[in-house]
Amino acid sequence: MILEWKFTAKEIAEKPELFMSGHRACAGCAPATVHRLILKAVRGPTIATNSTGCMEVTSTIYPFTAWKIPWIHTAFENVAANASGIEAALKILKRKGKLKHEHVDVIALAGDGGTFDIGIQALSGAVERGHDFLYVLYDNEAYMNTGIQRSGGTPFGAWTTTSPAGKKIPGKPQLKKPIADIMVAHEMPYVATASPAYWIDLLKKARKGLEVEGPAFLHVIAPCPRGWRSDPSKSIEISRLAVETCVFPLWEAIDGEYNLSAPSKVIALRPERKKAMEEYLKTQGRFRHLFTPEFKHIIGKIQEVVDRRWQKLLKKCGMA
Amino acid sequence: MVLTTQKESKAIALNGDEAVALAAKQCDVDVVAAYPITPQTIIVERFSEYVHNGEVDTEFICTESEHSALTCCLAAAAVGARTFTATASAGLALMHEILYVTSGCRAPVVMAVANRALSAPINIHCDHSDSMVERDSGWIQIYVENSQEAYDSIIQAFRIAEHQEISLPTMVGLDGFFLSHTLENVSVLPDETVRKFVGQRQIPLVKNHEGKLVPYKLDPENPITIGPLDLHDYYFEHKRQQEEAMRKASEIIRKIHDEYANISGRRYGNGRVDSYRLEDAELATICLGSTAGTVKTVVDQLRAKGVKAGLLRIRTFRPLPVQDILEALQNVKAVAVMDRSCSFGGYGGPVFHEIRHVLYDSGTHPHVVNYIYGLGGRDMSQLLVQEIYRDLARILETGKIDKSIQFIGLRE
Repeated sequence: MILEWKFTAKEIAEKPELFMSGHRACAGCAPATVHRLILKAVRGPTIATNSTGCMEVTSTIYPFTAWKIPWIHTAFENVAANASGIEAALKILKRKGKLKHEHVDVIALAGDGGTFDIGIQALSGAVERGHDFLYVLYDNEAYMNTGIQRSGGTPFGAWTTTSPAGKKIPGKPQLKKPIADIMVAHEMPYVATASPAYWIDLLKKARKGLEVEGPAFLHVIAPCPRGWRSDPSKSIEISRLAVETCVFPLWEAIDGEYNLSAPSKVIALRPERKKAMEEYLKTQGRFRHLFTPEFKHIIGKIQEVVDRRWQKLLKKCGMA
Repeated sequence: MVLTTQKESKAIALNGDEAVALAAKQCDVDVVAAYPITPQTIIVERFSEYVHNGEVDTEFICTESEHSALTCCLAAAAVGARTFTATASAGLALMHEILYVTSGCRAPVVMAVANRALSAPINIHCDHSDSMVERDSGWIQIYVENSQEAYDSIIQAFRIAEHQEISLPTMVGLDGFFLSHTLENVSVLPDETVRKFVGQRQIPLVKNHEGKLVPYKLDPENPITIGPLDLHDYYFEHKRQQEEAMRKASEIIRKIHDEYANISGRRYGNGRVDSYRLEDAELATICLGSTAGTVKTVVDQLRAKGVKAGLLRIRTFRPLPVQDILEALQNVKAVAVMDRSCSFGGYGGPVFHEIRHVLYDSGTHPHVVNYIYGLGGRDMSQLLVQEIYRDLARILETGKIDKSIQFIGLRE
């Protein structure tokens, strides 16, 4: 059972910072904001683990660390296996009376590369085995740590250094993998999407993910100004636009039952509030090539994909 | 420590894999994470039975790959758990990345490797290609001669890996099928004796960012960061520390082996090398693993004929027992190093590289030749071993080496 977590903004502000300032993330880095928010949602002793990626690199340059909680990184493709091992160890040490704490939560954090692509095997395995942990996917839609290469999470039409906006092929020709739906198909107890623009919603979902028994998956959109070629001061605004255009709708699936979250529900009820994709695309240089006469038609295609996926989601939520 | 009497120990018919599983069970392992692969599978099967029958209190994670199996062990060890895994061949190769991470994180994971050939072509039988690839991975490597030693070595491995001055992962290699699937009488210690010997896992203390000494584990009361980004200003020092731990391990391995001999009555040389009739030997072979049994038989045959033959079995290939090798071979005149793996394009097999390299400093400079044998489970018969000693005798007589490196026991 998931308990509703009541809290106020004041209470959150007063909670200690567990992801500290001083890390080396870029200006406007939404993944850093997401990390800070997630750690505001912890309910007690917690161990975190990151896959290799921007947030691991920028938060732990030896001998410094931004982490005020125990933290481990081992490799890129195995963060869910880290969480599995940590959870299993906590379980047995508790059973043998060797753990000081009544309960310790486990959070695994990874980017899109570490989740959609190289990490999906370990993730799928850990969820199938039913380990009790919260997996947070901070999705900045490309391999940003290695310098903006396309991933399974990169959207259709986006420029990256391995899906360049060429004369023949303008950006990524494939669609973004529906990772959260793939996780729902695992019949796991809790899957949700979140955006740092709706931070209360994000915090609540993170807390629910921790409270639920068994694996929980939280997919968070997290703009990267360097990779998205966007204004560093607009990361939160862009995270909001992603929801308002329905390219990244907010929803929860508790035991496989889909439900739209408030910001997206409003759009479902009043479709006129749904913003055009163009508004979202123009905020990011990675889509700039689509605003040339030659490739303008691709924007229409992107809109089609977004509409199709939104309709599919509405059906799942019983709102079509 | 009290010597276990004959009465307390009991002999059970076990194959190598079963002996390993039983040893791990007796060591009260907290977390086992593993993935099935021939010829290691029996280890995970037996261990699953122990768990499902409530004979052991262990979290057993049946992972979706060996990569995750070792990752789980590494992460569980970082929380303070005693951890064990087992693999072979392609499974070890898939773990390769995490082998380095495990030793780099100084996680004392113990792993059994049922040594098996690497693909392609695919082959499920014994050679040492799989673990030889990993000789530079920062793991202590023990190679055993029989199932009894597999059992004994797993128990010792926990003490070695978890020793506070070492804190390094340890692998025990047992020859696939020759040991993993062959029934032997294994003398088994009582559970309490083993538990007392291995004790509780000790956690070393490290300095945290405030300079305070805290346990080296993921502990919410004393949070530390494990596995950070470590660049040119510190990485080198950390790697140097790993090498230092390896060097220290050599002496500790000997001590733990002695201590174990006190409770079991069994010894394998000094725990690092196991010499057989080497004291006055002129001709010596060097090998790892189960082949030593065959070689010993041939040595006895030759001795009966008055040939001064001997054998040096390397038990710990990592850390390499340099001094032991020098001492053991100081009076030997011709040495044949037997490699059950091939370093393609290199100058002989990996064991040959090391032995000849060590002997360069010996001053006595015996003749040293290399035989690559038994790849993909090809049998190493007494006849072939006799051939090697004949070659050595000829080299000693003529002072001439026709071929430094040869393949033996195959069609050429």
